Amino acid sequence: MAEARELEAVIGLEIHVQLATKTKMFCGCELSFGDEPNVHTCPVCLAHPGVLPVVNEQAIQYALQIAAALGCEVAPRSIFHRKNYFYPDSPKAYQISQYDIPIAGAGKLGDVRIHRAHLEEDAAKMIHVGESGRIHGSGASLVDFNRGGTPLVEIVTEPDLRGAAEAAQWARLLRETVRQLGVSDVNMEEGSLRVDANVSVRPAGSEELGTKTELKNMNSFRFLQRGVEAEIERQVALVGAGGTVEQETLHFDPASGSLTSLRSKEEAHDYRYFPEPDLVAIVPTEQMLREAREALPELPAARIERYVGELGLAEDVAATLAADPETAAYFEQVDAVAEAIESRVVANWVTGELAAALRHSEEGVSAADSKVEPGTLAALMALVGEKTISHGSGKKVLAVLVAEGGDPAAIVEREGLAQMAGEDGELEAIVAAAIAADPEAAEQIRAGNGKAIGAIVGAVMRETKGRADGGEVNRLIKQQLG
Amino acid sequence: MTDLLELSVAEAAAKIAAGEVGVEEYFAAWRGAAAGDELNAYLWQLEDDSHYEVEDGPLRGVPVAVKDIFCTEGAPTTAGSRILEGYRPPYTATAVRRLDAAGARVLGKTNMDEFAMGSSNENSAYGPVLNPWDRGRVPGGSSGGSAAAVAGGLAPCALGTDTGGSIRQPAALCGIVGLKPTYGSISRYGMIAFASSLDQCGPLTRDVTDAALLLAALQGRDECDSTSVGIEGGVVAPSREDLSGLRFGVPAELSRDAIDAGVREVFEATLRQIEALGGEIAEVALPNAEHGISAYYVLAPAEASSNLARYDGVRYGMRSEEAGDLLDMYETTRAQGFGPEVKRRIMLGTYALSSGYYDAYYGQAQKVRTRIAEDFTGAFADVDFVVTPTSPSVAFGLGEKTDDPLSMYLNDFFTVPMSLAGIPAISIPAGLAAPAGGGPQLPVGFQIAAPAFAEQKLLEAAYALEQGIGFNQAQRELLPWAGGNGNG
Amino acid sequence: MIDREQVLHVARLARLRLSDAEVEQMTGELSGILEHVDRIGKLDLEGVEPTSHVVALENVLRPDLPRPSLAKDVALAEAPEPVNGAFRVPSPQAE
Ligand SMILES: [Mg+2]
Ligand SMILES: [Zn+2]
Repeated sequence: MAEARELEAVIGLEIHVQLATKTKMFCGCELSFGDEPNVHTCPVCLAHPGVLPVVNEQAIQYALQIAAALGCEVAPRSIFHRKNYFYPDSPKAYQISQYDIPIAGAGKLGDVRIHRAHLEEDAAKMIHVGESGRIHGSGASLVDFNRGGTPLVEIVTEPDLRGAAEAAQWARLLRETVRQLGVSDVNMEEGSLRVDANVSVRPAGSEELGTKTELKNMNSFRFLQRGVEAEIERQVALVGAGGTVEQETLHFDPASGSLTSLRSKEEAHDYRYFPEPDLVAIVPTEQMLREAREALPELPAARIERYVGELGLAEDVAATLAADPETAAYFEQVDAVAEAIESRVVANWVTGELAAALRHSEEGVSAADSKVEPGTLAALMALVGEKTISHGSGKKVLAVLVAEGGDPAAIVEREGLAQMAGEDGELEAIVAAAIAADPEAAEQIRAGNGKAIGAIVGAVMRETKGRADGGEVNRLIKQQLG
Repeated sequence: MTDLLELSVAEAAAKIAAGEVGVEEYFAAWRGAAAGDELNAYLWQLEDDSHYEVEDGPLRGVPVAVKDIFCTEGAPTTAGSRILEGYRPPYTATAVRRLDAAGARVLGKTNMDEFAMGSSNENSAYGPVLNPWDRGRVPGGSSGGSAAAVAGGLAPCALGTDTGGSIRQPAALCGIVGLKPTYGSISRYGMIAFASSLDQCGPLTRDVTDAALLLAALQGRDECDSTSVGIEGGVVAPSREDLSGLRFGVPAELSRDAIDAGVREVFEATLRQIEALGGEIAEVALPNAEHGISAYYVLAPAEASSNLARYDGVRYGMRSEEAGDLLDMYETTRAQGFGPEVKRRIMLGTYALSSGYYDAYYGQAQKVRTRIAEDFTGAFADVDFVVTPTSPSVAFGLGEKTDDPLSMYLNDFFTVPMSLAGIPAISIPAGLAAPAGGGPQLPVGFQIAAPAFAEQKLLEAAYALEQGIGFNQAQRELLPWAGGNGNG
Repeated sequence: MIDREQVLHVARLARLRLSDAEVEQMTGELSGILEHVDRIGKLDLEGVEPTSHVVALENVLRPDLPRPSLAKDVALAEAPEPVNGAFRVPSPQAE
């Protein structure tokens, strides 16, 4: 019985990626976003009588790049089918898509298996007007065919995800991967990346899948997570109470965060697929495949693996760098120059101190574009590493470097930030003065109250403008209070 | 005027090129003839404009009657359907553009069976076309308007489309030449789709030379049609005078039954004529050809059900007045916009593709298609051509078969196999025969099929046979356009 | 063969509203045609490759170069119900 054992969620994702080609999938109309309605249409994408589709070469190449990035097997020969259904957003009343032979088969991204990836064309936009904006409302709809025919790659995963957060996290990785390929804007708000989720629950450890529901319209990762969470809760409660899950499509409402069931447009969804007679087979040549492989940059998953495995970076720091290839490249330059310093430390400076300093500077530029040359940052880290200056002073120098660039040593000189060593009597004198200025604190320290030492250390740091090394100051206080 | 109308396209084009006949003069003569249309062959005719430019090409000044299935920018294009009444396309079909580029000009748009679905032209939403040989009979279909226009002296030549015989069968029933080229030799762009994997454009003309002339201008690869290839080496006017060294295969399976006695006589006589010209007659086996009709009436309606789904009242064409909600709008618009035969085929095709039936019907039909193509490949290893009667009967009476769709479908018995195999086939007038039920003699067509893209070879043989038969000469006084009164 | 219920289902799939008379006639005619067509169902075509195409072409592709689109008024010129530069349709009702 389901109630007996704990229930686990099983989640698979279907991602529609709008390709950033210049023109549509099957005609020469330019792609656009936010233009006035129906200014990017032609007889082909309006499905006038007698027109024929012709496949966009670039769309095939982008699909092959996605296939390569996801480690998918590429079909030696794939064809297009017609998916027949009546709806005003589908001018031919069929969508040209791929059915039994998609261009890309099994693959893997992170630890989620890819089931398939296929090419198809996007639908037109319908603006619902009248009494209610909702799709179920009466009234009318206005159809804008600008988006109709935009090339799409639909990526379908295996049901390998087990939680809402995990699903959202993996979707982010996929988005980052496709973005770095440069084949799509992957903008969820504008719909160039659309994520649907198939959710089901089953007794933990069980092998077979429960009845799944399909969640649509979650146009941000936050909504994806919230939607999936809500649906898992609903199903767990339902099954827990001895009920059964109905197979249905659920529409996520961002406003209320609730899920509403969508009635099917075409009863029984009998799409009557058959091979598209107006198109011929796609048979990727060696050259097409080579070009797709050669177009691949190092992708986030691989970069994270390398940084953690070979350079010993922390997982989260590696992920931060992997999501920002430009800064990652900068990091690697600095790391190359600063042989003496561990990569882990370099990464922390780049993603920590430098990132913070850049955020606070008005320029608002990236590390790579900043005035802080890789060599410069390496030199600064060396000064701190050799305790020539304190870590705090290091930050001050970095702020100056971000603002005006230059040589760290010279700035240390100019700003008089050189760290005070214990030897020359100067620091002892300042410590002695601080003790004399705060007898009670001194008394408490003698009485064994360790906390009290903070007051005197603070006074010394104020006096030395942070140039003193905290450890050294502590040592001297304890020494003088014997 | 009369003598101008009696010129073949080749003759007229030569005189125009030589400056013996003026472009305006020739065009005016044909506009006058077309204006006298009593056959309901035209749905639209070019309004009078004597001052115009034509390109300088092999068809300079030649008027062409174009089947109303071809999109012509700004000019009405209905495909013989109510659902496209008043529709004016925003673009022009590639085939028509190629004719323009060769110097020809659209004279008018011809009547047809709705969306090319029919073999009698009785399925037009705009009334049937009458056969110029006997106005009580059908001209055949679906390119019946084009065939009647040429045979009836209303146009010197015409453009048609052939999906299962729609050029060859009306050409046969009207006593003219009709050529269905290899699938892919002429662009389908702008040709309103019936069955995309079968549709092919072609000429309807008085003689084989004119057919060659038009094909030469029409054929070629088109970047707007992914399935177009063109004919390598192009096409030139045929000149062959005998058939020596050529083998003509007669398929036992197709000549067995269901042929009118009169048609069979003419067919046999034509075989003798081939031998007289030095050709050889052999028997060939096309064991799967008899399943052609069954396969065709699954594949064509299936593709049609999808191709005609775009007529939904959203972007162009008619929309039902009584449209309530969206489903209402779709169902009433299509119910009112389509005629009975189109509805029948949409139903048939939708059923054949619907879940649970695909493999039994569509899948199986595609395999039969493979077998039929293999049959022809096998036959052509032994013979140069496959020959059959074009149609099992001469022109039948209006209304004779309208109540029995199946018997109507069986009319395509001889023409469908070549369509399924995608190979070229031509129908030439071979003689006259009395209808089974008696009555005045009517034309009989002789079909010659050749391997894919062997159009030149096909035209050469058809030309030699045409001269041998001497149909256009001997029977000239029987032809409607002879003797000066344009409309017979 | 095909019965009344199937005819109604197919008519709905095809978005054709048929009168009772049409349903009657269609049921009879389609059954007759299907009876003839069913002959091919009896053929043993195990292992035969289906033909969806007679043309032996592959990779017929178009360079990703923009072509001029239709002027907006031309795009909407044939529309039964143009509204604010768009194609107006009745909304689907909840079923
Ligand atoms: Mg999809
Ligand atoms: Zn377009």
